[in-house]
Amino acid sequence: MAQRLVVIGNGMAPGRVLDRLFEKAPGRYAVTIFNAENRVNYDRIMLSPLLAGEKRYEDIIIHGDDWYARHGVTLHKGKPVIRIDRAAKQVHAADGTIADYDKLLIATGSKPIVIGVQGHTLPGVLTYRDLDDVNAMLSAARPGARAVVIGGGLLGLEAAAGLRAHGMEVTVLHLMPTLMERQLDESAGFMLEQAIKRRGIDVITRANTEAILGEHRVTGVRLDDGREIPADIVVMAVGIRPNAALAGNAGLMTGRGVIVNDRMETSDPDIYAVGECAEHRGICYGLVAPLYEMAGVIADQLNGTDRHYTGSAISTRLKVTGIDLFSAGDFADGEDRQEIVLRDASSGIYRRLVLKDDRIIGVVLYGDTSDGAWFFQLLKDGTDVAAMRDTLIFGQAYAGGATADPASAVAALPDEAEICGCNGVCKGKILAAISEKGLASLEDVRAHTKASSSCGSCTGLVEKLLSATLGDAYSPQGVKPVCGCTDLGHGEVRRLIVAQELRTIPAVMQALGWKTSHGCAKCRPALNYYLLATWPGEYVDDQQSRFVNERVHANIQKDGTYSVVPRMWGGITSARELRAIADVVEKFRIPTVKCTGGQRIDMLGVKKEDLPAVWADLNAAGMVSGHAYGKALRTVKTCVGSDWCRFGTQDSTGLGVRIEKFMWGSWTPAKVKMAVSGCPRNCAEATCKDVGVICVDSGYEIHIGGAAGLDIKGTEVLTKVATEEEALETIVAVVQLYREQGWYLERIYKWMARVGLDTIRNQVVEDAANRKALFSRFGVAQRFLQKDPWEERAKGADAHEFRPMADFARVEAVR
Amino acid sequence: MSAPRHDWVAVGRETDIPVQGARLVRTHFGDIGVFRTASGEILAVEDRCPHRGGPLSQGIVHGDTVTCPLHSWVISLRTGKAEGADEGCVRTVPVKVERGVVLLAASALGARKAA
Repeated sequence: MAQRLVVIGNGMAPGRVLDRLFEKAPGRYAVTIFNAENRVNYDRIMLSPLLAGEKRYEDIIIHGDDWYARHGVTLHKGKPVIRIDRAAKQVHAADGTIADYDKLLIATGSKPIVIGVQGHTLPGVLTYRDLDDVNAMLSAARPGARAVVIGGGLLGLEAAAGLRAHGMEVTVLHLMPTLMERQLDESAGFMLEQAIKRRGIDVITRANTEAILGEHRVTGVRLDDGREIPADIVVMAVGIRPNAALAGNAGLMTGRGVIVNDRMETSDPDIYAVGECAEHRGICYGLVAPLYEMAGVIADQLNGTDRHYTGSAISTRLKVTGIDLFSAGDFADGEDRQEIVLRDASSGIYRRLVLKDDRIIGVVLYGDTSDGAWFFQLLKDGTDVAAMRDTLIFGQAYAGGATADPASAVAALPDEAEICGCNGVCKGKILAAISEKGLASLEDVRAHTKASSSCGSCTGLVEKLLSATLGDAYSPQGVKPVCGCTDLGHGEVRRLIVAQELRTIPAVMQALGWKTSHGCAKCRPALNYYLLATWPGEYVDDQQSRFVNERVHANIQKDGTYSVVPRMWGGITSARELRAIADVVEKFRIPTVKCTGGQRIDMLGVKKEDLPAVWADLNAAGMVSGHAYGKALRTVKTCVGSDWCRFGTQDSTGLGVRIEKFMWGSWTPAKVKMAVSGCPRNCAEATCKDVGVICVDSGYEIHIGGAAGLDIKGTEVLTKVATEEEALETIVAVVQLYREQGWYLERIYKWMARVGLDTIRNQVVEDAANRKALFSRFGVAQRFLQKDPWEERAKGADAHEFRPMADFARVEAVR
Repeated sequence: MSAPRHDWVAVGRETDIPVQGARLVRTHFGDIGVFRTASGEILAVEDRCPHRGGPLSQGIVHGDTVTCPLHSWVISLRTGKAEGADEGCVRTVPVKVERGVVLLAASALGARKAA
């Protein structure tokens, strides 16, 4: 007589168990299935194509009614099981149906996680888990209707793409900085974000949902930064939670899921668990491949074969038409690991392999995933790839084939191969120009053929052609790379950030082919500045790419303490400010107080932990950060001018204060020091500053490009203007031009030497419209930058910067 | 590989440390910098650059190295050794993460047994 097998749940995992079981041991078990859904077994993997309208429900049915009939399976549709009676070996369904079992299979799957924010129960808030969810979404999907998808993981993105395909306006909110961060590294996450946005789907990362809005049904979502996004439906796709309650109530061991051993048995050997509800060796799987592997093991166990399940390597593929993305394994960096990276920004290809002991342990593929299965096989098999390592990244087609030396690869290209995609220049044309016109440099080639003159991504190829044609006669021009992470110089990087509209550090590194995955201490601060200056108000400052002084808004000293310099506008102070400074010095036992060269007071030796409290006290007396620590506007030094001095020609103090109040808070490529002197005797020493003003009877001489540090250099006169208004406008415009053109750490005098004073004068003095445009762009940036960083931190921002994570020295001292 | 056995002490949560950043743990034996790399790995070293004693935890973290804020020595967080032409070494501190909690070897925190 057949044994009785009862299955709770009718998803893909138990379906696969039964398929295997009926193959191996037809008739051994009489099977009864309880299904909470009123349906047969369908392919949940295909929900996304169903939502996108690429498939119909009938297409995704795995087991039709005839299958159940053929195998003598009793299927209870729409009958959720409410209790397992292990003593009597019975299960009870909600409608009173009872079934006896010899073996029980729990396959209760998982529930979508719903974030319990305000409004989460409103009509129109959906999840994305089963056919009912898809139908709910489809009934809301009208062209022009608005959907917000919370969660930028696999399911969320598939839901977003599906809704977009129905003409909805879709916004994806993702808590983390990059999409699918659990499956993808930053670079691939960035490429994915770009591709999603190209489909007209808005993506907001670092988006923390504060509330779902609406009275009777959903009208929108509010983020914790106050932004509100209107929505007709909200889809929550933030993750799943195993359904383990039924098993737990029956006294089976549960953790996150129903705990099973390597035989897939729960703590009761007559009860198995499979699929998303099962927890094996601490892992709950949510992807189909491991669930199928578990299912195979259970089928064998039920059939009397003692096969074990030992866990699965997981690979992920995004099911959005037109976006090819594959990831598998572990792709964290590590010393015992090497990475092989292939980037081809123009064709949108990114491949990264992580190797350990000559074996692949991680794979990320974007753009062309055709080799995903092959890499994954090598990963699962632990194949030694040492012999094919040189060409491994190119995929299976190259395995064991000829070597792929890039220089010889370029040499081997046919003459008609396109080198510069922007300007449609082929290899033959470049070679002909080099030999016929006697070209010897990259600039020559750019001038004569236009190759590499637009986006610049083919620069490397052009250089290889030059060196292949000219041999040793070609020496790459003296472009000094930003750092070892790239061959591009600062100028090229700045130009490409604008030309290619690169908006994040990973985007720059990806698009410009950075040689390291996360840059270094030289390039990251530079990129952070370039992005901040290029995309004001949009780019999110990356604190971890800033030098410590700019991160904690004070100057680190040799002993690890900090110095604090409050702003004194134009060098003017007051009894109230001085009293506050004196109080702070005593209260925090600050060992040294010193006057700086820029007419400020410097408090040295402040403990890092004390900084926020010191700032709070200085703020209370009306003082803000002096930015003495930043690549920023430092000080505007002044003399007393016409207010007091018998020689003063203009109100130099007033102008200095006005400039400083207008320009403070701005970040610049390197520090900017200014001064305003009230007469040519120049007591404020304006002629060795980055920007200086010498007041004369008839107006204001504006000087730039002085230096009095490593180099000593007098300023050059940029222009002379008649009014204070014109002086301010010109100074702001020249600093803005420097903000837009300067290289990171390049002071104004070096920038001026590089681009020429005449060029600067043409853009700032001769061209009045351009001057006004520069002035206005500076003003736009200031709207975002002119905030006192001390006040923000005194009120608690970045608190982690100022406190140890743990203090064992103090704990024991108290004891 | 046989890992040495340690007693472990919790010092905070993994998420207390910014990615590509570090936090400080103070002990009687000097400060320890606990770092979180871009790939999410947690590593810990003595917070004293072998060059002039700079606080490494304040440096810029890139890959599994940190650049000292005082004179830009680059120190491997994994081996403690200075990279490039510089020579020197800091002590690395055994660290592990369990359920999001960062644990340091007790021996490094002062609960040191007679060695």
